[in-house]
Amino acid sequence: MTGRILGISGPTVSTGLKGLKLYERVYVGHALLTGEVVRLHEDKAVIQVYEDTRGLAIGEPIQGVGLPLTVRLSAGLLSGMFDGLQRPLEKMRSEMGPYITTSREIAAVDTMKKWRFHPLRKPGEEVGPGEDIGYLEEDSFRHYIMNKTSARQKVSWLADGDISVNDPLGGFENGGEIMGHINWPVRGARPYRNKHAPSLPLVTGQRSIDFLFPLAKGGTAILPGGFGTGKTILEQAVAKFADVDIVVYTGCGERGNEMAEMIDEFLSLKDPWRDRPLTARTILVVNTSNMPVAAREASIYTAVTMAEYYRDMGYHVLFLADSLSRWAEALREISSSLEEMPGEEGYPTYLSSRLSSFIERAGVVETLSGKVGSLSMVLSVSPPGGDFTEPVTQACLRATGSFLMLDTSLAYRRHFPAINWSQSYSLYARDVADHFETQFSSEWTRLQSWCRELLQKEESLREVAEILGAEGLQDADRLLMHVAEMIRADFLCQNSFTEDAFSTPEQTFENIRGIRSFHDQADAILKRGVALEEALRRARETV
Amino acid sequence: MRLSEHIYRTASSLAGPLLFVRNVFAAKFGEIVRIVPDDGAQILGEILRIEGDNVLIELYGESRGLDIQGMSVVFTDSLMQVPLSLDLVGRVFNGSGSPIDGMDMFIPEKKMPVTGAPINPAARARPEEPIETGFSAIDGLNTLVKGQKLPIFSSAGLPARELVAGILRNARTPVASGGFVAVFAALGLTFHEYAFYRKVLDGMKTGFVAFVNMANEPVMERLLAPRFALATAEFLAFEKGMDVLVIITDMTNYCDALREISTAREELPGRRGYPGYMYSDLASLYERAGRIRGLNGSVTMIPVLTMPEDDITHPIPDLTGYITEGQIVLSREMHQHALFPPMDALPSLSRLMQKGIGEGRTRKDHRTVANALYKYYARGRDLRRLEAIVGREGMTKGDTQMLDFAEAFEKEFVHQGDARRGMEETLDIGIALAERFRTGA
Ligand SMILES: Nc1ncnc2c1ncn2[C@@H]1O[C@H](COP(=O)(O)OP(=O)(O)O)[C@@H](O)[C@H]1O
Ligand SMILES: [Mg+2]
Repeated sequence: MTGRILGISGPTVSTGLKGLKLYERVYVGHALLTGEVVRLHEDKAVIQVYEDTRGLAIGEPIQGVGLPLTVRLSAGLLSGMFDGLQRPLEKMRSEMGPYITTSREIAAVDTMKKWRFHPLRKPGEEVGPGEDIGYLEEDSFRHYIMNKTSARQKVSWLADGDISVNDPLGGFENGGEIMGHINWPVRGARPYRNKHAPSLPLVTGQRSIDFLFPLAKGGTAILPGGFGTGKTILEQAVAKFADVDIVVYTGCGERGNEMAEMIDEFLSLKDPWRDRPLTARTILVVNTSNMPVAAREASIYTAVTMAEYYRDMGYHVLFLADSLSRWAEALREISSSLEEMPGEEGYPTYLSSRLSSFIERAGVVETLSGKVGSLSMVLSVSPPGGDFTEPVTQACLRATGSFLMLDTSLAYRRHFPAINWSQSYSLYARDVADHFETQFSSEWTRLQSWCRELLQKEESLREVAEILGAEGLQDADRLLMHVAEMIRADFLCQNSFTEDAFSTPEQTFENIRGIRSFHDQADAILKRGVALEEALRRARETV
Repeated sequence: MRLSEHIYRTASSLAGPLLFVRNVFAAKFGEIVRIVPDDGAQILGEILRIEGDNVLIELYGESRGLDIQGMSVVFTDSLMQVPLSLDLVGRVFNGSGSPIDGMDMFIPEKKMPVTGAPINPAARARPEEPIETGFSAIDGLNTLVKGQKLPIFSSAGLPARELVAGILRNARTPVASGGFVAVFAALGLTFHEYAFYRKVLDGMKTGFVAFVNMANEPVMERLLAPRFALATAEFLAFEKGMDVLVIITDMTNYCDALREISTAREELPGRRGYPGYMYSDLASLYERAGRIRGLNGSVTMIPVLTMPEDDITHPIPDLTGYITEGQIVLSREMHQHALFPPMDALPSLSRLMQKGIGEGRTRKDHRTVANALYKYYARGRDLRRLEAIVGREGMTKGDTQMLDFAEAFEKEFVHQGDARRGMEETLDIGIALAERFRTGA
C-alpha cells in the first residue's frame, strides 16, 4: 500500500493514503523514515515522523506497515543502549559514524549471537498462555520463554542447546513455532494476572530516601526540581544502587555529555547486590534533547515495554526517566504541529490522562505464569523556573506515590541530595515499615518519628535564632539545633562522588542511631547543669 | 522528483518575513529558495511548511520594499549549507556567512548542512580536560572543560562584554593540542558593541572566526549566525583536530528573534510569549558542544545571555540552565563594588569540573582548595544576613572571621581586573586565602 506525501509541517506530514489505521506504523519518503499515524481526518492521514523531516519533498512515497509501532522483545536487550525507537546506538555508531544521519533500520539485538536454551517442558505437555516453556541463559539471568499465544498449547518438540534469537526454540502440536522473540506494540501495556499493593521496600542506598521517604517495589516516585538541584545525579545514584534485578534508564530529552559520563561510569562499576558488572542488569534508552522530538515522545514507551517484558519473567524491575517534563514537552510540540486546541500552558488537554495511564504501568503483579514481578518508577520532573504549580508536576503528583521535592536553596548550599525534608512525602512509608522493622530493627519507625520531629522543631527554632541570635536560645534548644545540624550534614547529605554514595539500610540505621544516642547523652549531661559546650564535648567522648 | 533549480513567479502573499508561493512542484521541507526581485538584491529564504503545491517560505532578509508581482522565486533543491575551509580562520562574516572584513570569499573545501546532525550519544567522549580562561573565579572554582557548554548569565549593565573579551584574549588549553581557535558569534549587536569586539578581534589578529549579526540586520539571520558558527566549529574540531571555543553573545537577542519569528508564524505562544519548542531549539545549538570518541579536537561553548529583569527564572536563563552544564552568574552587587569579573560564586557552577581537575589535569590540591573556598564563602555569605540583624558585636569570633573571609575572597580571589592569571597562580591565591582564615572555620 503506497501513497504520497501531500503536506509537510515540522515533524508531521500528511497523506491521502487510504486504509491506514490510527497508530499504524508507516515509512515516509525515499529515505524510509519511521512514522506513526496520529490522526485520521476525512480522506487524510496525519503522520508523526520520528526523524528529521528536512529534505523530504512533496510527492515522495508513504507506505503503511499494517502494524503499530512495536519494540522487539528478546534476549540480548540487557546491557544494550538504544534510541527512542529501540535502534542500537553502538551499532549505529560503528555503521554510520559519530553523527546520527540516515535512518536505516538496524536490528535492536545481535541476531547472530547464540544463547543456551534450557527446556522446562516435555513434548506432549500443555502450557497455558504466558506460562513458561523454558529459559535462555542471558548472562546471569534466566530469560524465560513463555507461551506467547493467547491459547493453551501442547508442546510438540523443544530444542536444547545454543540458539540464536531468530531460530525456533520448539513447536506446538498445532504447527506453531516457539520463538525467542516477539514484537510488542509500545503503547499497549503487557498483560498480567493480578495487581497487588506494594509491600516490599525499594532500597535506594540513599539515606534520606530509605529512612525518611522509603520507596516501594512496584511503587512510583517523582523527583521534581529546578536545574542544578541534583535530579540527574540522584536518578543515576538510584539506578546504580537500587536493590532490584533489572534497571531500565531513559535519558529523555536531556544532555548527551551526561549520558557519556553515565556509560563510562556504569562500565566500571559492579552491581552492588550481586557479583556481576552493573551494565549486565541495565538497559539504556537515550533520546537526547537534540535528537528528534517525536522519538523523544516515543522513548518512554519503548523503555517501559522492555521493562514490563522482564517484569513478566518474575523480576523486580526499576524504570527511571530523566526527565518526564521533556516527554511532556515533546507531546506539546507534536500537539501544536497538529494544531490541536491547547490546554494549560499550551499542553494538550490529554496530558494528565496520558501521564497517569503511563504511570499505571508500574506495580506489583502476578504474572501470567504465576510468578511475582514488579515494575517501579522513579521519574524526574523539570518544572520551568522551579515552580511546582505547573501542569506536569501537578499531573505527576496525582498519579504517583512518592514526592521527593528537590530544593533549589538546599542545592545552592550544596546540601545534596537536595531533598526537602518538610515538603516531601512517601505514601509507601507505612506499607514498608513492617519490613524495615523485622529486617533491620524494631526501633526503625520510632527513630524515624524522632528524626522528623527534631527537624521540624529546628525549623521553628531557627526562626527565633534569626531574630535573637543563637545566644538567645536555651541550652536544650541549642543542643537540638546542634543535633539537627549533625543530621543534615552527616546523615541527610550524601555526596555521590565519594565512598559515601551508597549506604546499606544497616549503615543508614547505625548512622541515625549514633546521632540519637549522642543527643540522649548530651541531653542527660545538660540536665545535670553542665554548660552546653562542655556537655557536647563529654557526649562526644562517650559515644 | 526534481533534480535542479526551478523558478516560479507565482508568489501569492507576503506578510512580514512570510511568503506564500502557489503551484510549486515537489517542494522540499527546509529547502533554500532565492527571491529575485525585479530590481534590487536577492534574498534567501527557507521552506517552512508545504500544503500540496502551496509553499510557505520564511525570508532571511528584509522583506520591506518587495513586490510579489515582480519577484521570481528560485527553488534550489538543497538545504542551507555552510562553506568550510581552514581559510575561515582569522576572518569575519555576517550572519549568513558573507565576509564583512573587506577580503574576498575563500574557496570552500567542502559544504555541510548548517543545522548539523545530532551526535550519537554512544559516540561521545566524556569531557575531562580543562581549558584555562585566565580568570580565577572560573578556572579555580568553576573549571571549564573541553566539550562543555558553560553559559554566562549576565544582567543589563554588567560587564559581560569585558569578560568575553578577556576570555577571547586569554583562553588556552594547558596541554598542547592540535591548535586552539575561538569561534565568535555575535547576535543583534549594536554598533557600539560591534566596535568594541572588532577592536578585540583585530588585537588578536588570528586564532578566531567571527560571525556578526548587527542589531539592524534581519532577525532570521540571528537564528542562522550561531548555526554557521557551530558548523564551522564542528569542522575545525572534528575534521581538523582543533580545540574550538565557541562564544555566542547575546542569547537573549537570539531568543527574542525566535519569539518574533514564532509570532509572525502565528504559532501558539508559551511562557512569556516564547514558543513552546524553545527548549528543543536551544538544545539544537547547545548540544553541538562535545568531544567524540576516537577523534582529536573538541567543541566547547560559552553562550552569554542577559537575564531580563535580573530574573534567573525567566525562560531564557531557565531553559539554558536546563540544557547547559552549569552556569557562571554575574552579580550586580559585586559590580557595584567595582569587582571584576563580578561573578557570584554561590549560584555559579561547573557541572563537569570534577573530572577535569586534580592531578594530571590541573593540580593535585585543586579539589580541596575549591571545596574549602566555596564552603567558607557560603558560610560567610549566610552570616552577612545575620550581621545585618544582630550586628557584628553580637557574633562569635569564628563568625566574624568568616565574614572577613567572604570579603577577602571577593576582593582578592574573584577580583582580578584585566590581568590574566594562570592556573598555578589562581590555586596559590586560593590556598593562601584559605590558610589565613582556617582557624575561623
Ligand atoms: N548527591 C550529590 N553529591 C554531590 N554533588 C551533587 C549531588 N547531586 C548533585 N550534585 C551537584 O549538583 C550538580 C547538578 O546536579 P544534576 O543532577 O545534574 O542536576 P539537575 O539534573 O537537577 O539539573 C552536579 O553537577 C553536582 O555538582
Ligand atoms: Mg538533569
